[in-house]
Amino acid sequence: MDINKEEYKKLVKRRAPKSPCLKNCCFAFLIGGGICVLGQAMFDFYRHFTNYTDESVYVCVTVTMIFLAALLTGLGVFDSIAKVAGAGTLVPVTGFANSVVSPAIDTKAEGLILGVGAKIFTVAGPVILYGILSGALYGVVLLVMNALE
Amino acid sequence: MIVKTKGVYVMSFASAVGTKEGEGPLKNRFDYIDKDDRFGMNTWEKAESESARLALSLALSKAPMAPSEVDLLLAGDLENQCVASCYGLLSFEIPYLGIYGACSNLTEGMAIASMLISGGAARRAAVVTSSHNCAAERQYRNPIEYGGQRPPTAQWTVTGAGGYILGERGKVKIVDCLVGVVQDKGQKDISNMGAAMAPAAADTLLRYFKESGTSAKDYDLIITGDLGIHGSELFKDLCKQSGYPVGNHADCGMLMYGENQDAHMGGSGCGCIATVFGAHFLPHMECGKLTNVLLMATGALMSKDSITQGQNIPAVAHLVHLMYGENETGSRPCGSAERRNHE
Repeated sequence: MDINKEEYKKLVKRRAPKSPCLKNCCFAFLIGGGICVLGQAMFDFYRHFTNYTDESVYVCVTVTMIFLAALLTGLGVFDSIAKVAGAGTLVPVTGFANSVVSPAIDTKAEGLILGVGAKIFTVAGPVILYGILSGALYGVVLLVMNALE
Repeated sequence: MIVKTKGVYVMSFASAVGTKEGEGPLKNRFDYIDKDDRFGMNTWEKAESESARLALSLALSKAPMAPSEVDLLLAGDLENQCVASCYGLLSFEIPYLGIYGACSNLTEGMAIASMLISGGAARRAAVVTSSHNCAAERQYRNPIEYGGQRPPTAQWTVTGAGGYILGERGKVKIVDCLVGVVQDKGQKDISNMGAAMAPAAADTLLRYFKESGTSAKDYDLIITGDLGIHGSELFKDLCKQSGYPVGNHADCGMLMYGENQDAHMGGSGCGCIATVFGAHFLPHMECGKLTNVLLMATGALMSKDSITQGQNIPAVAHLVHLMYGENETGSRPCGSAERRNHE
């Protein structure tokens, strides 16, 4: 068979079905936007029915969203929504919740230590590690800038 | 080198599949359809083992034959260290050879079994291969409940197992076989198995044509395992470019699911060709509607680590040449099975 890697890559690229980009963007916007509207409604709800400070209300909203995403993941519904929503469910905190809960469900059979304990962050791990690292780095930059003033 | 085999027939076959497969266009052809993909087990890995056990158990009872009448068992799957096969099949107490060629396991097993039977090392051999969508997804890609979009080139790993018993009598004869050469055409996309495997299928088929002096028109059908829609197009492009156009081609991955089943390019996995060939094509061969067939299972030979380390996805395809040729008295009626127009 006389086809080199480069020629074959070109052939694959030409033949490969394309992602429906516009459709995906529209669904991501609508469902992602819907999640944000839900968050805003929760914010108003907590502010109206509790006497928490705004800062605490923000935390309540985030916790509720994480709970809902985790529950829907556990019920096996989240992935069906995410299949249509794409970045719409991935970008908000719902995506993070799903990325922690789904490996936990998967690895339950391997035990609480070597299964869930060791593998719960297989998807979210990089976000946590580099999130903390960049937080620490930001703290150092802030410290140096304050010292220079 | 094409290896001629002597007196090897497909004696019996059985399939056990999952729910999605049981809702597809071939639902009436499978021997067992599980109600929830768990096969009564508490993990996906055990479920796959159970599907393999069921497939062999049903194949033995259809023969009918006792496990002790089978001299050798060749089995493989997609799980690390092929645990689905060895756990699932240990209760039969048949001498066991584990094989791994990813989704090419079926024809790899058939080829080895045919050679061993021809050489007198075994009188009868069983070939069992299986895959499970959930066990494979969680090993090769993401957790099962992870919410993400699969790209349009993706395929759906089949939940299912096929068990074949090869031996001295039957209606379908294994005439010869060709072991494939591993091909690396620079593919890296874990969500495009069709593109990774198409060159392997084309290379094996072209080597077979050149050595045997035949071409596609000398056969009723050329069947591939799980190239899917995209991979099949590439496979036919490659064959045509090399001067051997293939018009009479069917892909098991394209036949497994219906259009509304969200399988994108079609089915994949060891269980795909193992169940579709046996359940759909073998009955046509047993009644002589299909008489001369080339069967090729294709396997992508990567691991999750080789992918993250940036290596290409190599692939291999093994070919088995099957012919209708009786070695028992009386012929089986064809029933309602009709030959489809595959092109």
